[in-house]
Amino acid sequence: MTTEHWMATGGGLMIGAAAVLLMLGTGRIAGISGITWAAASLDGPVLWRWMFLIGLLGGAAAAHGIAGVPLPAPGPLDTPFALVGGLVVGLGVKLGNGCTSGHGVCGIGLLSPRSLAATLTFMASGVATVFVVRQILGIGLGSGP
Amino acid sequence: MTSLAGIFSGLLFGFGLALSGMTDRNKVLGFLDIGGAWQPALVFVMGSAVLVTLIGFRTVRRMPRPVFDTRFHLPGRRNIDARLLLGAALFGIGWGLYGYCPGPALVSLLYGEPDTLLFIVAMLVGMFLSHKVVQP
Repeated sequence: MTTEHWMATGGGLMIGAAAVLLMLGTGRIAGISGITWAAASLDGPVLWRWMFLIGLLGGAAAAHGIAGVPLPAPGPLDTPFALVGGLVVGLGVKLGNGCTSGHGVCGIGLLSPRSLAATLTFMASGVATVFVVRQILGIGLGSGP
Repeated sequence: MTSLAGIFSGLLFGFGLALSGMTDRNKVLGFLDIGGAWQPALVFVMGSAVLVTLIGFRTVRRMPRPVFDTRFHLPGRRNIDARLLLGAALFGIGWGLYGYCPGPALVSLLYGEPDTLLFIVAMLVGMFLSHKVVQP
């Protein structure tokens, strides 16, 4: 395993632990799209959700600022991709009731068939999209890894 | 007290996202680029996170109730329907187009790229449209 693999594993363990901590404390799923929507639309109890989102940015700031995790290099692609990508992500997560955290990390952890189906679906469509953009249209490799 | 659980969970989650590489669009798009120069590192993120939730949720759910609430708030639905699959497919397309899923997008506001803010505003608009039009 390379350093990158260890960081991915360590980060994943912390993400899983965060989800278990939220379940232990509040009995709720750490699904970030759901938390974001409810926090933004003031739907249901919102205080813990805003605290979670503030913590999310604070934790990442600590990782980079205190623990010295290198900042990611600027990614490829530009504004039109950000706008269309964001719009489609928003439509999709609300329609499908979850994203990588809610379905992928929490739902599979709860052995939910819905979440497993959703995760396989968004993985497959993500792979297909990158294939079309990079291999067929030949765009998006600008800054590269 | 639920706010305390919220902020500590958020802190841990955010640290994990930054450490794991999930906020690096190059890595995310490289991970999804199975047909090209595949970068498999992010397999370890999902794998280790799910390992913890599989064990942790089993343990926590043996408790009669969570520490700061009277009951667990778990999704009741178990069925796989067209709406779920269409939504997940759309989410994957957006993820593959730009490289952010919602959590990493929020965290990446820290990096100060204006396009990140546009992504998040567009995402909220998408959620709103989905809420209003498709599921009134």
